[in-house]
Amino acid sequence: MDWSPVWISLATSVTATAITLVVGLAAAAWRERHSGPALALLDGIFLLPLVLPPTVVGFFLLLLFGRHGPLGQLLLHFGATLVFSWPATVIAATVVSFPLMYITARAALEQVEPGLLEAARTLGASESRVFREIALPLAWPGVLAGTMLSFGRALGEFGATLMIAGNIPGRTETIPIAIYFAVEADDIQRALYWCAVDVVISLALLSGLYYWTRTQGFGRARRLAR
Amino acid sequence: MALEVQIEKKLPDFELNVAFTASEEPLSILGASGAGKTMLLRCIAGLERADRGRVALRDRVLFDAAQNIRVPVQRRRIGMVFQNYALFPHRTVAENIEFGLHELSRKERSARLKALIERTHLKELADRHPRALSGGEQQRTALARALAIDPEALLLDEPLSALDTHLRSQVEAQLQEVFSTFQRPALLVTHNIEEAYRLGARLLVLSRGRMAAYGPKEEIFGHPPTREVGQLTGCKNFSRARMNADGTVEALDWGCRLRVGQSISKPPAYVGIRAHHIDFLEARAGTDVSENVFPCWLVRASETPFRETLYLRLQPHGVEGAYDLQAEVFKEKWLRFRDVPDPWHVRLSPGSLFLMPE
Repeated sequence: MDWSPVWISLATSVTATAITLVVGLAAAAWRERHSGPALALLDGIFLLPLVLPPTVVGFFLLLLFGRHGPLGQLLLHFGATLVFSWPATVIAATVVSFPLMYITARAALEQVEPGLLEAARTLGASESRVFREIALPLAWPGVLAGTMLSFGRALGEFGATLMIAGNIPGRTETIPIAIYFAVEADDIQRALYWCAVDVVISLALLSGLYYWTRTQGFGRARRLAR
Repeated sequence: MALEVQIEKKLPDFELNVAFTASEEPLSILGASGAGKTMLLRCIAGLERADRGRVALRDRVLFDAAQNIRVPVQRRRIGMVFQNYALFPHRTVAENIEFGLHELSRKERSARLKALIERTHLKELADRHPRALSGGEQQRTALARALAIDPEALLLDEPLSALDTHLRSQVEAQLQEVFSTFQRPALLVTHNIEEAYRLGARLLVLSRGRMAAYGPKEEIFGHPPTREVGQLTGCKNFSRARMNADGTVEALDWGCRLRVGQSISKPPAYVGIRAHHIDFLEARAGTDVSENVFPCWLVRASETPFRETLYLRLQPHGVEGAYDLQAEVFKEKWLRFRDVPDPWHVRLSPGSLFLMPE
């Protein structure tokens, strides 16, 4: 039994979630401090991967990173190709999980009482210190929830990945893709097996993470109330 | 060593337009809710931008619209105590206070922290989180945190309004203690007349964004410059007034002629007297005062814990429920004369009456 889809899936999801956490949080924090009707369009663009069919996302990524796409050309300049490689799975998973991180992080940051940020400013704190020491710690439970959702979405990513990364066993074959090709090859046994593995991994990770965030949140509330 | 403020800012309902200078004495800013008090503090602190004007603290210009100077809030060094205290819920009392000491060395920081905690009597509470503190303790923490940055001015937004009544006098005493050693401009916003009087040396009365009165508190309370200020400082009795040729004042609404101790340059439009200044003469025959003494009839009485509020009419008959004067007397006195049939006699002493040109 070749376990590589498991490792590929996990490596892809973890990397994509890490990127999404940093970029999503930065975008949410930036957007918190800027407003305007033009930025509503930006919000729409940020959220688009959530509603578009993954095939559409995959197709756009292909246009962008393909041999003739602007970013593909740029990469070719440095002698690299992205399409049908492992990093492509990461890019697909990052793009589709980004909206979940972005909306939850923004909601969490908006929940932070503005008066607390103002108080920090009157005490001489720079904007970055206000964010790091006041806004982020108070928004942390929400940010963790966003991370959890993003990870789940990255782990389940199929359509865009297939389009931009293909199905190369041992390199780009994630669990969902392995399932699809097992079914196509009429190998029901194998498909069932991967399905079970996928359910077990997702359940273990999500319930573990969920439990952890809850106890963190409640634990803190309890400590504060004492 | 003063705070000069001149601010104009358009607000949804009115324009905030104030100009004053605060020295080392605490200044109370009194006004009804929505008068622009909080906005004024926020403009001084740099949390809001005024449309026009200038703010200078000692020799530093913090804001000058004409010269396009706007020192960011972080560098103004103005301590602010917010109405709900805005304590950081995820930090302990000590960590809250320490927040503004970020740039000091570790040694210096802990020395300053220790001094602040001692000064505000927070020693036993240093490791608690704000949620585990009483209102008064939260207030002290907020004050200590604001003082940590060694501010050149202190702004307090309704510092006592979130507290239970029994805590107020205690916290008020602490504030007075801090003010007495602070010796820098301290501005305190409140809608409570007594707080404004007790905590401030000078008083600024704000009404719909403009300064209705500004000066020493005794002067404003003793002789409110306008009827509006009289009302805002808690005076209950006003009558339209006209000056007579002989120097007496005709109180048109009360239907009586009064001698008034105060003289004002402009012709008076109103005459007023505070409820507790109305003097009840228990034995009229024995006294020799007769000026400004009038018979009165009780319309209704209302009880407060230690005083009785009496609504009086200066004529034997009148519209049902209508009254001319609202008087306040201590319970003991009220118990002595409440069974005497009216008319009673009240004296509106010339020294307690004040005239207002508008």
